[in-house]
Amino acid sequence: MTHSQPPLKQTPLHATHLGHKARMVPFGGWDMPVEYSGITDEHMAVRTRAGLFDVSHMGEIEIAGADALAAVQKFSSNDASRLAVGQIHYSALTTPQGTFVDDLLVYRMADDHFLLVVNASNIEKDYAWIRSQVEEFADAPAVNNSQRYALLALQGPLAAEVLQTLTAVDLAAIKYYWFENGEIAGVRGMISRTGYTGEDGFEVFVPPAQAPHVWQAILQAGASAGVVPAGLGARDTLRLEASMRLFGNDMDETTTVLEAGLGWIVGWKKETFNGADVLRAQKAGGVERTLVGLEMIDRAIARHGYPVIVDGQAVGTVTSGTQTPFLKKAIAMAYVPTAVAQPDRQVHVEVRGRLAAARIVPMPFYKRPRS
Amino acid sequence: MYPADLKYTKDHEWIRATADTADVGITDYAQQQLGDVVFVELPQVGRVLAQGEVFGTIESVKAVSELFSPVAGEVVAVNDALTSAPEQVNSDPHGAWIIRVRPSNPSDLDSLLDAAAYTQHVG
Repeated sequence: MTHSQPPLKQTPLHATHLGHKARMVPFGGWDMPVEYSGITDEHMAVRTRAGLFDVSHMGEIEIAGADALAAVQKFSSNDASRLAVGQIHYSALTTPQGTFVDDLLVYRMADDHFLLVVNASNIEKDYAWIRSQVEEFADAPAVNNSQRYALLALQGPLAAEVLQTLTAVDLAAIKYYWFENGEIAGVRGMISRTGYTGEDGFEVFVPPAQAPHVWQAILQAGASAGVVPAGLGARDTLRLEASMRLFGNDMDETTTVLEAGLGWIVGWKKETFNGADVLRAQKAGGVERTLVGLEMIDRAIARHGYPVIVDGQAVGTVTSGTQTPFLKKAIAMAYVPTAVAQPDRQVHVEVRGRLAAARIVPMPFYKRPRS
Repeated sequence: MYPADLKYTKDHEWIRATADTADVGITDYAQQQLGDVVFVELPQVGRVLAQGEVFGTIESVKAVSELFSPVAGEVVAVNDALTSAPEQVNSDPHGAWIIRVRPSNPSDLDSLLDAAAYTQHVG
Protein backbone atom coordinates (compact mmCIF):
# COMPACT_ATOMS: atom_id res chain seq x y z
CA MET A 1 0.00 0.00 0.00
CA THR A 2 1.31 3.44 -0.80
CA HIS A 3 0.30 6.78 0.57
CA SER A 4 0.47 9.71 -1.75
CA GLN A 5 2.18 12.57 -0.03
CA PRO A 6 2.48 16.08 -1.36
CA PRO A 7 5.89 16.59 -2.93
CA LEU A 8 8.40 18.37 -0.73
CA LYS A 9 8.81 22.04 -1.48
CA GLN A 10 12.19 23.33 -2.56
CA THR A 11 13.83 26.64 -1.78
CA PRO A 12 15.49 28.63 -4.58
CA LEU A 13 18.80 27.26 -3.25
CA HIS A 14 17.87 23.59 -3.54
CA ALA A 15 20.21 22.88 -6.45
CA THR A 16 22.96 24.80 -4.66
CA HIS A 17 22.63 22.54 -1.61
CA LEU A 18 22.82 19.44 -3.79
CA GLY A 19 25.93 20.95 -5.37
CA HIS A 20 27.46 21.26 -1.89
CA LYS A 21 26.57 17.57 -1.31
CA ALA A 22 24.39 18.49 1.65
CA ARG A 23 22.46 15.76 3.42
CA MET A 24 18.85 16.67 2.66
CA VAL A 25 15.88 15.86 4.93
CA PRO A 26 12.16 16.62 4.91
CA PHE A 27 11.46 19.50 7.29
CA GLY A 28 8.07 21.16 7.67
CA GLY A 29 7.11 20.12 4.14
CA TRP A 30 10.41 21.26 2.63
CA ASP A 31 13.42 19.34 1.36
CA MET A 32 16.13 21.06 3.42
CA PRO A 33 19.86 20.64 4.09
CA VAL A 34 20.40 19.21 7.59
CA GLU A 35 24.20 19.22 7.33
CA TYR A 36 27.06 19.75 4.93
CA SER A 37 30.40 19.00 6.65
CA GLY A 38 28.78 17.84 9.92
CA ILE A 39 26.74 19.42 12.68
CA THR A 40 29.67 19.87 15.06
CA ASP A 41 31.90 21.46 12.40
CA GLU A 42 29.18 23.84 11.30
CA HIS A 43 28.20 24.69 14.87
CA MET A 44 31.81 25.54 15.76
CA ALA A 45 32.22 27.56 12.56
CA VAL A 46 29.26 29.75 13.56
CA ARG A 47 30.57 30.23 17.10
CA THR A 48 34.11 31.03 16.04
CA ARG A 49 33.88 32.38 12.44
CA ALA A 50 30.59 32.44 10.54
CA GLY A 51 28.11 30.12 8.87
CA LEU A 52 25.63 30.71 6.07
CA PHE A 53 22.13 29.25 6.37
CA ASP A 54 19.35 29.00 3.81
CA VAL A 55 16.18 29.88 5.70
CA SER A 56 14.08 30.60 2.64
CA HIS A 57 11.53 28.09 3.87
CA MET A 58 10.44 30.62 6.52
CA GLY A 59 7.19 32.42 5.70
CA GLU A 60 6.65 36.13 5.06
CA ILE A 61 3.19 37.55 5.61
CA GLU A 62 2.63 41.26 5.01
CA ILE A 63 -0.04 43.61 6.25
CA ALA A 64 -0.28 47.13 4.88
CA GLY A 65 -3.14 49.56 5.33
CA ALA A 66 -4.53 52.21 7.59
CA ASP A 67 -5.60 49.58 10.16
CA ALA A 68 -2.44 47.48 9.95
CA LEU A 69 -1.11 48.54 13.33
CA ALA A 70 -4.43 47.92 15.07
CA ALA A 71 -4.59 44.47 13.48
CA VAL A 72 -1.04 43.51 14.48
CA GLN A 73 -1.73 44.80 17.99
CA LYS A 74 -4.64 42.39 18.26
CA PHE A 75 -3.08 39.13 17.04
CA SER A 76 0.53 39.65 18.16
CA SER A 77 1.43 39.64 21.85
CA ASN A 78 4.21 42.23 21.74
CA ASP A 79 3.48 45.96 21.48
CA ALA A 80 4.01 46.91 17.83
CA SER A 81 3.29 50.59 18.55
CA ARG A 82 6.72 50.69 20.16
CA LEU A 83 8.43 49.70 16.92
CA ALA A 84 10.02 52.48 14.89
CA VAL A 85 10.08 52.11 11.12
CA GLY A 86 13.14 49.93 10.47
CA GLN A 87 12.86 48.11 13.78
CA ILE A 88 11.99 44.48 14.51
CA HIS A 89 10.79 42.55 17.51
CA TYR A 90 10.13 38.99 18.54
CA SER A 91 6.52 38.18 19.34
CA ALA A 92 3.87 35.48 19.51
CA LEU A 93 0.72 34.93 17.50
CA THR A 94 -1.51 34.17 20.44
CA THR A 95 -4.76 32.27 20.78
CA PRO A 96 -7.50 33.63 23.08
CA GLN A 97 -6.02 31.22 25.67
CA GLY A 98 -2.67 33.00 25.61
CA THR A 99 -1.01 30.02 23.90
CA PHE A 100 0.98 29.98 20.68
CA VAL A 101 -0.39 29.76 17.18
CA ASP A 102 3.25 30.44 16.33
CA ASP A 103 6.17 32.65 17.26
CA LEU A 104 7.30 35.29 14.79
CA LEU A 105 9.39 38.34 14.04
CA VAL A 106 7.53 41.57 13.33
CA TYR A 107 9.29 44.03 11.00
CA ARG A 108 7.93 47.57 10.80
CA MET A 109 8.44 48.45 7.13
CA ALA A 110 6.48 51.74 7.32
CA ASP A 111 4.04 53.33 9.72
CA ASP A 112 1.20 51.24 8.31
CA HIS A 113 3.13 48.29 6.82
CA PHE A 114 4.35 45.24 8.74
CA LEU A 115 6.20 42.14 7.59
CA LEU A 116 5.80 39.02 9.71
CA VAL A 117 8.37 36.23 9.48
CA VAL A 118 6.80 32.94 10.57
CA ASN A 119 7.83 29.29 10.83
CA ALA A 120 7.93 27.29 7.60
CA SER A 121 5.63 24.52 8.78
CA ASN A 122 3.05 27.07 9.97
CA ILE A 123 2.78 29.39 6.97
CA GLU A 124 -0.67 28.26 5.82
CA LYS A 125 -2.02 27.94 9.38
CA ASP A 126 -0.72 31.35 10.37
CA TYR A 127 -1.99 32.99 7.20
CA ALA A 128 -5.48 31.57 7.72
CA TRP A 129 -5.36 32.58 11.39
CA ILE A 130 -4.22 36.12 10.63
CA ARG A 131 -6.88 36.57 7.94
CA SER A 132 -9.54 35.45 10.41
CA GLN A 133 -8.21 37.98 12.92
CA VAL A 134 -8.07 40.96 10.55
CA GLU A 135 -11.61 40.57 9.19
CA GLU A 136 -12.92 43.14 11.66
CA PHE A 137 -10.58 45.80 10.30
CA ALA A 138 -11.63 47.85 7.29
CA ASP A 139 -8.12 48.36 5.92
CA ALA A 140 -5.65 45.70 7.01
CA PRO A 141 -5.28 43.24 4.13
CA ALA A 142 -2.94 40.34 4.86
CA VAL A 143 -0.94 38.83 2.00
CA ASN A 144 1.18 35.69 2.05
CA ASN A 145 4.31 36.88 0.25
CA SER A 146 6.47 33.87 1.16
CA GLN A 147 7.15 33.15 -2.52
CA ARG A 148 8.56 36.63 -3.05
CA TYR A 149 11.44 36.30 -0.62
CA ALA A 150 14.48 34.12 -0.30
CA LEU A 151 16.09 34.43 3.13
CA LEU A 152 19.77 33.83 3.91
CA ALA A 153 21.25 34.03 7.39
CA LEU A 154 24.95 34.79 7.88
CA GLN A 155 25.75 34.20 11.55
CA GLY A 156 28.91 34.41 13.59
CA PRO A 157 31.53 36.81 14.91
CA LEU A 158 32.89 37.49 11.40
CA ALA A 159 29.46 37.97 9.79
CA ALA A 160 29.59 41.77 9.73
CA GLU A 161 33.12 41.89 8.34
CA VAL A 162 32.33 39.42 5.57
CA LEU A 163 28.98 40.88 4.57
CA GLN A 164 30.36 44.41 4.55
CA THR A 165 32.52 43.53 1.55
CA LEU A 166 29.33 42.94 -0.46
CA THR A 167 27.23 45.97 0.40
CA ALA A 168 27.43 49.75 0.61
CA VAL A 169 25.01 49.71 3.54
CA ASP A 170 26.91 50.64 6.70
CA LEU A 171 26.39 47.44 8.67
CA ALA A 172 27.97 48.84 11.83
CA ALA A 173 25.15 51.37 11.90
CA ILE A 174 22.46 48.65 11.96
CA LYS A 175 21.59 47.97 15.58
CA TYR A 176 20.51 44.58 16.90
CA TYR A 177 16.94 43.93 15.70
CA TRP A 178 16.90 46.71 13.11
CA PHE A 179 17.02 46.45 9.31
CA GLU A 180 18.04 48.46 6.25
CA ASN A 181 17.22 48.27 2.58
CA GLY A 182 20.10 48.12 0.14
CA GLU A 183 22.09 46.07 -2.34
CA ILE A 184 23.91 42.90 -1.41
CA ALA A 185 26.28 41.60 -4.08
CA GLY A 186 24.48 43.85 -6.56
CA VAL A 187 21.02 42.54 -5.66
CA ARG A 188 18.31 44.76 -4.18
CA GLY A 189 17.25 43.43 -0.82
CA MET A 190 16.88 43.98 2.87
CA ILE A 191 19.41 43.31 5.63
CA SER A 192 18.34 42.76 9.23
CA ARG A 193 20.59 42.31 12.24
CA THR A 194 18.76 39.25 13.52
CA GLY A 195 19.38 35.55 13.86
CA TYR A 196 18.67 32.31 15.65
CA THR A 197 22.11 31.23 16.81
CA GLY A 198 23.09 33.48 19.71
CA GLU A 199 25.79 35.10 17.57
CA ASP A 200 25.99 38.44 15.88
CA GLY A 201 24.66 38.10 12.38
CA PHE A 202 22.40 39.19 9.60
CA GLU A 203 19.42 37.89 7.73
CA VAL A 204 19.26 38.93 4.12
CA PHE A 205 16.01 39.06 2.13
CA VAL A 206 16.47 38.86 -1.64
CA PRO A 207 14.33 37.92 -4.64
CA PRO A 208 14.32 34.12 -5.09
CA ALA A 209 15.83 34.24 -8.57
CA GLN A 210 18.92 36.05 -7.24
CA ALA A 211 19.35 33.90 -4.13
CA PRO A 212 21.94 31.49 -5.61
CA HIS A 213 24.07 34.43 -6.76
CA VAL A 214 23.96 36.08 -3.31
CA TRP A 215 24.66 32.74 -1.60
CA GLN A 216 27.76 32.14 -3.73
CA ALA A 217 28.92 35.73 -3.31
CA ILE A 218 28.75 35.47 0.49
CA LEU A 219 30.58 32.13 0.54
CA GLN A 220 33.26 33.50 -1.79
CA ALA A 221 33.65 36.67 0.23
CA GLY A 222 33.93 34.59 3.40
CA ALA A 223 36.10 31.76 2.07
CA SER A 224 39.37 33.08 3.47
CA ALA A 225 37.66 33.85 6.80
CA GLY A 226 36.43 30.26 7.04
CA VAL A 227 32.73 30.88 6.37
CA VAL A 228 30.93 27.61 5.63
CA PRO A 229 27.40 26.63 4.66
CA ALA A 230 25.47 25.43 7.69
CA GLY A 231 22.34 23.29 7.88
CA LEU A 232 19.29 22.81 10.03
CA GLY A 233 21.16 20.44 12.36
CA ALA A 234 23.60 23.13 13.49
CA ARG A 235 20.81 25.68 13.51
CA ASP A 236 19.05 23.53 16.10
CA THR A 237 22.07 22.96 18.34
CA LEU A 238 23.03 26.64 18.12
CA ARG A 239 19.59 27.94 18.98
CA LEU A 240 19.34 25.49 21.87
CA GLU A 241 22.67 26.64 23.36
CA ALA A 242 21.34 30.19 23.07
CA SER A 243 18.05 29.02 24.71
CA MET A 244 15.95 30.20 21.81
CA ARG A 245 12.63 28.39 21.72
CA LEU A 246 11.53 26.25 18.79
CA PHE A 247 7.82 26.21 18.02
CA GLY A 248 6.50 22.65 18.07
CA ASN A 249 9.18 21.59 20.56
CA ASP A 250 9.40 24.19 23.30
CA MET A 251 6.01 25.79 22.88
CA ASP A 252 2.81 25.25 20.95
CA GLU A 253 -0.94 25.73 21.16
CA THR A 254 -1.00 24.08 24.62
CA THR A 255 1.59 26.31 26.30
CA THR A 256 1.14 29.96 27.19
CA VAL A 257 3.59 32.74 26.50
CA LEU A 258 4.32 33.05 30.22
CA GLU A 259 4.81 29.33 30.75
CA ALA A 260 7.39 29.47 27.96
CA GLY A 261 9.24 32.13 29.94
CA LEU A 262 8.56 34.80 27.34
CA GLY A 263 6.81 37.45 29.41
CA TRP A 264 9.12 40.00 27.79
CA ILE A 265 7.30 39.61 24.45
CA VAL A 266 3.97 40.60 25.98
CA GLY A 267 2.86 44.20 25.58
CA TRP A 268 1.38 44.59 29.05
CA LYS A 269 0.58 48.25 28.41
CA LYS A 270 -1.60 47.46 25.42
CA GLU A 271 -5.34 47.77 26.05
CA THR A 272 -5.97 44.27 24.81
CA PHE A 273 -4.79 41.49 22.46
CA ASN A 274 -5.61 37.83 21.94
CA GLY A 275 -5.13 35.99 25.21
CA ALA A 276 -4.55 39.14 27.28
CA ASP A 277 -6.99 38.09 30.00
CA VAL A 278 -5.35 34.69 30.52
CA LEU A 279 -1.84 36.10 30.47
CA ARG A 280 -2.70 38.92 32.90
CA ALA A 281 -4.24 36.41 35.29
CA GLN A 282 -1.13 34.22 35.00
CA LYS A 283 1.10 37.21 35.57
CA ALA A 284 -0.81 38.14 38.71
CA GLY A 285 -1.24 34.62 40.09
CA GLY A 286 1.85 32.91 38.76
CA VAL A 287 2.13 29.99 36.36
CA GLU A 288 1.84 26.38 37.45
CA ARG A 289 4.60 25.16 35.18
CA THR A 290 7.50 26.83 33.51
CA LEU A 291 10.22 26.15 30.97
CA VAL A 292 13.61 25.58 32.59
CA GLY A 293 17.12 24.80 31.47
CA LEU A 294 18.63 21.43 32.39
CA GLU A 295 22.24 20.37 32.40
CA MET A 296 22.79 16.63 32.53
CA ILE A 297 24.90 15.31 35.39
CA ASP A 298 24.89 11.68 34.23
CA ARG A 299 26.15 10.86 30.75
CA ALA A 300 22.97 10.91 28.72
CA ILE A 301 21.12 13.12 26.31
CA ALA A 302 17.61 14.21 27.27
CA ARG A 303 15.50 14.48 24.15
CA HIS A 304 12.09 15.86 23.20
CA GLY A 305 9.31 14.03 25.02
CA TYR A 306 11.41 12.35 27.72
CA PRO A 307 9.79 12.55 31.20
CA VAL A 308 11.26 14.67 34.00
CA ILE A 309 11.15 12.76 37.28
CA VAL A 310 11.07 14.21 40.80
CA ASP A 311 10.66 11.93 43.83
CA GLY A 312 9.79 9.03 41.58
CA GLN A 313 6.98 10.92 39.86
CA ALA A 314 6.88 12.14 36.28
CA VAL A 315 6.25 15.84 36.76
CA GLY A 316 7.33 17.32 33.45
CA THR A 317 8.61 16.81 29.95
CA VAL A 318 11.77 17.60 28.05
CA THR A 319 11.03 19.82 25.05
CA SER A 320 14.47 20.01 23.38
CA GLY A 321 17.82 18.49 24.22
CA THR A 322 21.20 17.81 22.73
CA GLN A 323 24.89 17.38 23.36
CA THR A 324 26.20 20.86 22.60
CA PRO A 325 29.27 21.04 20.42
CA PHE A 326 30.53 24.34 21.87
CA LEU A 327 29.78 23.97 25.60
CA LYS A 328 30.45 20.24 25.39
CA LYS A 329 27.64 19.41 27.80
CA ALA A 330 24.31 17.70 27.42
CA ILE A 331 21.66 20.37 27.86
CA ALA A 332 17.90 20.47 27.54
CA MET A 333 14.82 22.57 28.06
CA ALA A 334 11.86 21.11 29.94
CA TYR A 335 8.54 22.07 31.43
CA VAL A 336 8.42 21.46 35.18
CA PRO A 337 6.07 22.57 37.97
CA THR A 338 7.00 26.07 39.12
CA ALA A 339 7.69 24.74 42.62
CA VAL A 340 10.47 22.56 41.20
CA ALA A 341 12.02 25.30 39.07
CA GLN A 342 14.81 26.33 41.40
CA PRO A 343 18.40 26.84 40.23
CA ASP A 344 20.70 23.91 41.05
CA ARG A 345 17.83 21.66 42.01
CA GLN A 346 18.55 18.08 41.00
CA VAL A 347 15.96 16.17 38.98
CA HIS A 348 16.06 13.06 36.83
CA VAL A 349 15.24 12.51 33.21
CA GLU A 350 13.96 9.14 32.11
CA VAL A 351 16.20 8.23 29.20
CA ARG A 352 14.84 5.11 27.52
CA GLY A 353 13.84 3.49 30.80
CA ARG A 354 16.87 4.64 32.78
CA LEU A 355 17.00 7.56 35.20
CA ALA A 356 19.70 10.10 34.42
CA ALA A 357 20.47 12.88 36.88
CA ALA A 358 20.25 16.50 35.75
CA ARG A 359 20.30 19.88 37.41
CA ILE A 360 18.23 22.96 36.74
CA VAL A 361 20.39 25.80 35.44
CA PRO A 362 19.69 29.37 34.35
CA MET A 363 19.16 30.09 30.68
CA PRO A 364 20.65 31.01 28.30
CA PHE A 365 23.16 28.17 28.42
CA TYR A 366 25.42 30.18 26.13
CA LYS A 367 25.78 33.93 25.85
CA ARG A 368 28.24 35.34 23.36
CA PRO A 369 31.00 37.49 24.76
CA ARG A 370 30.40 41.15 23.95
CA SER A 371 33.26 43.55 23.58
CA MET B 1 35.45 0.70 1.25
CA TYR B 2 34.04 -2.19 3.29
CA PRO B 3 36.85 -4.48 4.46
CA ALA B 4 36.65 -8.03 3.12
CA ASP B 5 37.65 -9.60 6.46
CA LEU B 6 34.44 -8.33 8.08
CA LYS B 7 30.88 -9.64 7.99
CA TYR B 8 27.96 -7.26 8.05
CA THR B 9 24.34 -7.07 9.16
CA LYS B 10 21.49 -5.33 7.39
CA ASP B 11 21.26 -3.14 10.52
CA HIS B 12 24.76 -1.79 9.74
CA GLU B 13 26.89 -3.56 12.34
CA TRP B 14 30.10 -5.30 11.40
CA ILE B 15 31.80 -8.27 13.09
CA ARG B 16 35.43 -9.29 12.85
CA ALA B 17 35.91 -12.89 13.97
CA THR B 18 39.21 -14.26 15.28
CA ALA B 19 39.91 -17.69 16.79
CA ASP B 20 37.29 -17.73 19.52
CA THR B 21 36.12 -14.15 19.93
CA ALA B 22 34.78 -11.50 17.60
CA ASP B 23 34.71 -7.69 17.68
CA VAL B 24 31.54 -5.82 16.81
CA GLY B 25 31.18 -2.23 15.60
CA ILE B 26 29.07 -0.12 13.29
CA THR B 27 29.78 0.45 9.63
CA ASP B 28 30.99 3.51 7.83
CA TYR B 29 27.52 3.86 6.34
CA ALA B 30 25.97 3.81 9.82
CA GLN B 31 28.30 6.47 11.21
CA GLN B 32 27.64 8.66 8.20
CA GLN B 33 23.91 8.35 8.72
CA LEU B 34 24.22 9.12 12.42
CA GLY B 35 26.55 12.07 12.10
CA ASP B 36 28.68 13.18 15.04
CA VAL B 37 28.59 10.41 17.65
CA VAL B 38 28.54 11.75 21.21
CA PHE B 39 27.65 8.73 23.37
CA VAL B 40 28.06 4.99 23.14
CA GLU B 41 26.15 3.09 25.80
CA LEU B 42 28.00 -0.16 26.48
CA PRO B 43 26.65 -3.42 27.97
CA GLN B 44 27.99 -5.20 31.06
CA VAL B 45 30.81 -7.63 30.45
CA GLY B 46 29.43 -11.15 30.95
CA ARG B 47 26.07 -10.40 29.42
CA VAL B 48 24.81 -13.16 27.15
CA LEU B 49 23.24 -11.97 23.91
CA ALA B 50 20.97 -13.65 21.42
CA GLN B 51 21.59 -13.01 17.73
CA GLY B 52 19.94 -9.71 16.86
CA GLU B 53 19.53 -8.66 20.50
CA VAL B 54 19.95 -5.01 21.42
CA PHE B 55 23.21 -4.66 23.36
CA GLY B 56 23.49 -0.90 23.59
CA THR B 57 22.69 2.43 22.06
CA ILE B 58 24.68 4.96 20.16
CA GLU B 59 23.77 8.62 20.13
CA SER B 60 24.76 11.33 17.77
CA VAL B 61 23.96 15.00 18.11
CA LYS B 62 20.79 14.43 16.15
CA ALA B 63 19.63 10.86 16.80
CA VAL B 64 19.60 7.75 18.97
CA SER B 65 20.18 4.35 17.42
CA GLU B 66 20.10 0.84 18.90
CA LEU B 67 22.94 -1.60 18.49
CA PHE B 68 22.11 -5.20 17.56
CA SER B 69 24.43 -8.13 18.13
CA PRO B 70 25.28 -9.84 14.83
CA VAL B 71 25.72 -13.19 16.63
CA ALA B 72 24.67 -14.97 19.79
CA GLY B 73 27.32 -15.06 22.48
CA GLU B 74 28.76 -13.70 25.68
CA VAL B 75 30.19 -10.18 25.96
CA VAL B 76 33.80 -10.72 27.04
CA ALA B 77 35.00 -7.11 26.73
CA VAL B 78 33.73 -3.63 25.95
CA ASN B 79 35.70 -0.79 24.39
CA ASP B 80 35.82 1.65 27.31
CA ALA B 81 37.83 4.11 25.22
CA LEU B 82 34.58 5.02 23.48
CA THR B 83 33.22 6.46 26.72
CA SER B 84 35.69 9.33 26.60
CA ALA B 85 36.25 9.39 22.84
CA PRO B 86 33.01 8.35 21.11
CA GLU B 87 34.06 10.26 17.99
CA GLN B 88 36.37 7.33 17.15
CA VAL B 89 33.24 5.69 15.76
CA ASN B 90 33.13 8.46 13.15
CA SER B 91 36.84 8.72 12.45
CA ASP B 92 37.61 4.99 12.28
CA PRO B 93 34.31 3.09 12.07
CA HIS B 94 35.80 -0.26 11.05
CA GLY B 95 38.53 -0.01 13.67
CA ALA B 96 36.50 1.27 16.61
CA TRP B 97 35.10 -1.94 18.04
CA ILE B 98 32.30 -1.58 20.57
CA ILE B 99 32.01 -5.03 22.14
CA ARG B 100 33.98 -8.26 21.97
CA VAL B 101 31.85 -11.39 22.08
CA ARG B 102 32.54 -15.11 22.33
CA PRO B 103 30.10 -16.50 19.75
CA SER B 104 28.10 -19.45 21.05
CA ASN B 105 27.03 -20.53 17.63
CA PRO B 106 29.73 -19.97 14.99
CA SER B 107 27.27 -20.71 12.20
CA ASP B 108 25.60 -17.38 13.03
CA LEU B 109 28.41 -15.81 11.06
CA ASP B 110 27.33 -17.63 7.92
CA SER B 111 24.00 -15.84 7.96
CA LEU B 112 25.67 -12.43 7.64
CA LEU B 113 26.51 -10.38 4.57
CA ASP B 114 29.97 -10.27 3.07
CA ALA B 115 31.51 -6.99 1.96
CA ALA B 116 30.14 -7.22 -1.58
CA ALA B 117 26.61 -8.03 -0.42
CA TYR B 118 26.73 -5.24 2.17
CA THR B 119 27.99 -2.74 -0.38
CA GLN B 120 25.01 -3.66 -2.53
CA HIS B 121 22.70 -3.38 0.51
CA VAL B 122 23.70 0.22 1.24
CA GLY B 123 24.12 1.19 -2.39
